[in-house]
Amino acid sequence: MIEDFIQKLEAEFEDLEPGKLKPESNFRDAFEWNSINALILIALIKTEYNVSINADDIQKSKTINDIFSIVKSRL
Amino acid sequence: MAIFSIPGVRLAGIAAAAPRKEVSNHDYKWVSVKDREMIVKTVGVEKRRVAEPGTTTSDLCYTAAEKLIADLGWDKKEIELLIFISQSRDYIIPSTAGIIQDRLGLPHSCVAYDIGLGCSGWVYGISAIASMMSATRIKKALLLVGDISTLTASYRDKSTYPLFGDAATATAFELSDTAAPIHFNLESDGSGFEAIIIPDGGLRNFISKKSFDYKKHGTGIYRTRFQLALNGIDVFNFALREVVPNAKKLMQEISKTTADFDYFVMHQANLLMNETIRKMMKVEKEKTPYTLRNFGNTSSASIPLTIVSQLREQVTTRKVQLLTCGFGVGLSWGSIAIELDRVVCPEVIDY
Repeated sequence: MIEDFIQKLEAEFEDLEPGKLKPESNFRDAFEWNSINALILIALIKTEYNVSINADDIQKSKTINDIFSIVKSRL
Repeated sequence: MAIFSIPGVRLAGIAAAAPRKEVSNHDYKWVSVKDREMIVKTVGVEKRRVAEPGTTTSDLCYTAAEKLIADLGWDKKEIELLIFISQSRDYIIPSTAGIIQDRLGLPHSCVAYDIGLGCSGWVYGISAIASMMSATRIKKALLLVGDISTLTASYRDKSTYPLFGDAATATAFELSDTAAPIHFNLESDGSGFEAIIIPDGGLRNFISKKSFDYKKHGTGIYRTRFQLALNGIDVFNFALREVVPNAKKLMQEISKTTADFDYFVMHQANLLMNETIRKMMKVEKEKTPYTLRNFGNTSSASIPLTIVSQLREQVTTRKVQLLTCGFGVGLSWGSIAIELDRVVCPEVIDY
């Protein structure tokens, strides 16, 4: 469920205001995107879903939904 | 898969030395105050020890070794094996091990050689020293492991500069019929050699004028080809993929679980990576010591430095079961299960 994924992101990233993030949100605009946040995202997806995503996956994704689709396809 | 056990070799003592000079990442003016806070919080490095120009890894190793030999009360004539493991040698030619052998006043009968490894160095080094002692019956040996990484990190590279600190260590081993066996699981994957690299200065890309040109590699990342390059995401994914299965396989092989170990001592890579591994291993926070905050990522020295700095009281007064994992540059990684039974362990020495 993408709602769960968004909840997990909101819990992990303090910059995110609860309720604001949508599946179609561009994650680079949603909060200050940087290399450390990319690592936090990778760690979150590994621990919560046991799925690995790499730099290419993030590069070619725009929205929260894009990322979540990659996660779902590897579950 | 290289899983094996070596009996009859006892870890007798560990010492660590770090440069006196301390640098705070709160003062890292190349990045914004917000980025500095993020480095401290997420990467987990607040302060780092930084060597003065001219100080080498071997200076720190020598200092740690002298103190350790004195505290052990060892006769130097009996030390017949010295292995130096580092990515920061004194010279391209010759090896550093011989220089330290002479400086310490060890006999000519001492076997001395270098191994070029980083974050996995201590774990690999124990396998080399213990197997050689076991085969040759050499009675006493020194494993000298450490790195000065700050000299080759570019100040204008936020992906490396605030991460690394300098430190070096000496670990002493002796033959002992009663020592508990040391268990190893060591692995390598050279296909990832470019993930952590200084591209120029070796024979593949011999040093040239171009080696000193600064180039941009991303926002806030400028470095030369004679400085350290680190692909954070690749290294991160490698560690999350390999470390936990490696450690679990070792435990399975020796019929143990994390509950059988008093402490889980990891290479101090960065806080986010280490905490993710810790959670995947399901090891309690209290059993996972850290030196990242005050020393940074000290490369090959990180595991023994963490033992000396954080577990000194425990390892000097009782039997302690350690599970340790080294992982990184190479790519090279491995775990060992080792018992430390009232070892000699002086406090971290300021150099």
